[in-house]
Amino acid sequence: MDWTALWLSFRLAGLTVLALLPIGLLLGRWLAFGEMRGRSVIEALILLPLVLPPTVLGYYLLVAFGAASPLGQAWQSVAGQPLAFSFEGLLLASILFNLPFAVQPTQRGFETVGADLRDAAACSGLSAWQSFLRVELPLAWPGVLTASVLCFAHTLGEFGIVLMVGGAIPGETKTIAIAIYDRVQAFDDAAAGRMAAVLLVLSLATIALTLALSRHLGRRRA
Amino acid sequence: MTAAGGLSVELRQPGPIPLDVAFDCAPGELLALVGPSGSGKSTILRAIAGTYRAAGGRIAVGPEVWFDAAAGIALPPQRRRAGMVFQSYALFPHMSALGNVMTATGHLPRAEREGRARELLARVHLAGLEARLPSALSGGQQQRVAVARALARAPQVLLLDEPFSAVDKATRQRLYREVAELRRSLEMPVVLVTHDLDEAVLLADRLTVVSRGRSLQTGTPETVTSRPDSAEIARLVDLRNVFEGRVGAHSEQGTAIDWSGKLLEAGPLPGLAPGTPVSWVIPDGFVVLHRRDRPSRGERENPVEGHVETLVPIGQMAWVSFRPSHDGTLPLQFSVPLHVARRNGLAPDAAATVSLLTDGIHVIGPRTKPAS
Repeated sequence: MDWTALWLSFRLAGLTVLALLPIGLLLGRWLAFGEMRGRSVIEALILLPLVLPPTVLGYYLLVAFGAASPLGQAWQSVAGQPLAFSFEGLLLASILFNLPFAVQPTQRGFETVGADLRDAAACSGLSAWQSFLRVELPLAWPGVLTASVLCFAHTLGEFGIVLMVGGAIPGETKTIAIAIYDRVQAFDDAAAGRMAAVLLVLSLATIALTLALSRHLGRRRA
Repeated sequence: MTAAGGLSVELRQPGPIPLDVAFDCAPGELLALVGPSGSGKSTILRAIAGTYRAAGGRIAVGPEVWFDAAAGIALPPQRRRAGMVFQSYALFPHMSALGNVMTATGHLPRAEREGRARELLARVHLAGLEARLPSALSGGQQQRVAVARALARAPQVLLLDEPFSAVDKATRQRLYREVAELRRSLEMPVVLVTHDLDEAVLLADRLTVVSRGRSLQTGTPETVTSRPDSAEIARLVDLRNVFEGRVGAHSEQGTAIDWSGKLLEAGPLPGLAPGTPVSWVIPDGFVVLHRRDRPSRGERENPVEGHVETLVPIGQMAWVSFRPSHDGTLPLQFSVPLHVARRNGLAPDAAATVSLLTDGIHVIGPRTKPAS
C-alpha cells in the first residue's frame, strides 16, 4: 500500500475542491442568472475538458506549464522552481480539468432559484449578499454538493492528465491512480489490488454519502 | 401600520415592453389594475417595487421619489419599502412560515423580529402554523404567509400581483373577504393587479383599465363599467352593447340619439352638434324586459320591439340575444333571471319588448372613423 500516494491524492483532491468551490459558485451563478451575449461560447469552453482526450488536454497543459511558455517562466521567477512536474502544476491542471464538474451542477442548482424568489428576497429588503447567503445558496446547495463530490472523486481517479503534467514523482506528483498502474507494471498484483480496493470502497462511500445528503436536503425542501 | 403618502405612478417607454401609464393611489385606497393577460400589469407592479426599470417616468410615494428617469433616480427594491405579494407567492421553500415572514423584518431590532413576525402570522389567521414549511401549507395558507411577509416590511405601498389566481374558487371567496377586512386597517396605498374584472369590482375603490401597456381609464368600478371612455374600454370591461349612432335634436329633457333610424332619449349632450356620429353603450342592467302580464315603471323609456334570437341558460341566469325590429342587424344583449325569462315566455323567435333606460345610455364621444 502506497500511503504517500494515497495521501497525495487526497491532498490534491481536497485542495482542488477548495479552489473550485468559489470558482464554481461564481461561474455557475453567473451562467444561471446572467443575461449576456456569448454565453454559449463560455459554456462550451467550460465543457471542453469533458470531451477532450485527457492526453490532448495534458499535452497542452504541459506546453503551457513548460519553461518556454510565459506562464512557466513567470512561475519559475516567482516560485524558483518549474511548474511542470510539480505538485502546484498538478493542482492547477486538476482545477482546469475539473471545471465542468464544478460549474455544471452548481449552475443547475442556481437555476432552480427562480427570478420570483430573487425578486421576493429583494422586496423583503435583503441585500444581494444576504439574498445569496439566505435564499440562493441554501436552495442551490444540492448542486454545490454534487459538484464538490464529483470534483473530489474525479481528481482521485484521473490518470492521463496527471501522468502528462506531473509524471510520477513519489511524494510530489505520484497519485494513487498512478501508483496502481505502477504496481501492475511491476507485477505486484497484491499491492495493486489493495489500492484498487481502497479506491473502490472510498468511491462507494462518497456516492452513498452524497445520495443520502441530497435526499435529506430534498426532503427538507419538498 | 405605517402612515404613508399617496402613490403616484407614471411610466413611459416605447419597448421592449411598451408602457404608457399614469395613475395615483391615495393612502388607504385599493386601486385595481385590470386588463387582459399580457397587457403589462405585472410589469407596472414590478416597476413600482423596483425589480423592473422602465426607460422613462416617475414613481413617488408622498414626498419620497423612488424613480425619476429624468433626474436619474432609481432606488433599488431594498430601499423602496414596497410590500409585494407575488402571483405564485414566491415563498422561500426552505424556510418555515415564520422564517419567511422574519426575512422581511430586517429593519427592526433583532430582538423584536420574531415577535413581529408571529403577530403578523396571527393577524392573517395562521397562529400555530409558524413552523410549517410552505410545502406543508394549502394554497390559501401560502397566500396568507405571502401577505404577512409583504406587511412585515412595514411597507409604504402594498402591491398584490394576481394574488387569488392560484387558489380554488371556494378559497378565493374566503380570501376576498379576508383581504377586504384586512385592507380596512391598512393606511398605505394598495395596488391590486388582476385580469378578473369581477374581482376588481368587488375589491377595489377605483379601477385602472390597462391594455397593451397603456392605462386607458381610471375611475370607480361603477363609472368604468357603465361609462367607459372608449369603445375599446367598453369591450375590455365586457360591455356587450356598444353601438354606432348620430346625435339627434337637443331638448330640455336631453338629447336624442338616432340609432339606425330609431330615436332614443339620452341624457343632455350639450357639446355635440346634431348629426355628429357617436358610439354609445348601454350596460346589461339598464336593458329592462317588459312584462307580458302588466306594464311596469320605466316602460315608456325608449321602448324597443323585436324578437329573441338566442336564449342561453347559464346557472340561474338566461343570456338573451335580442334583434330589434327596426334594424335586424343589431343584436342587443342582456341577461335576466331564468325564472323571469320563463314567466315571460322568452324563447328563440318569441316577440318581446325591452326598454333602454335613459340613465344607462352612455355616449362615448364622436367617432373618429365613419360607421361602415
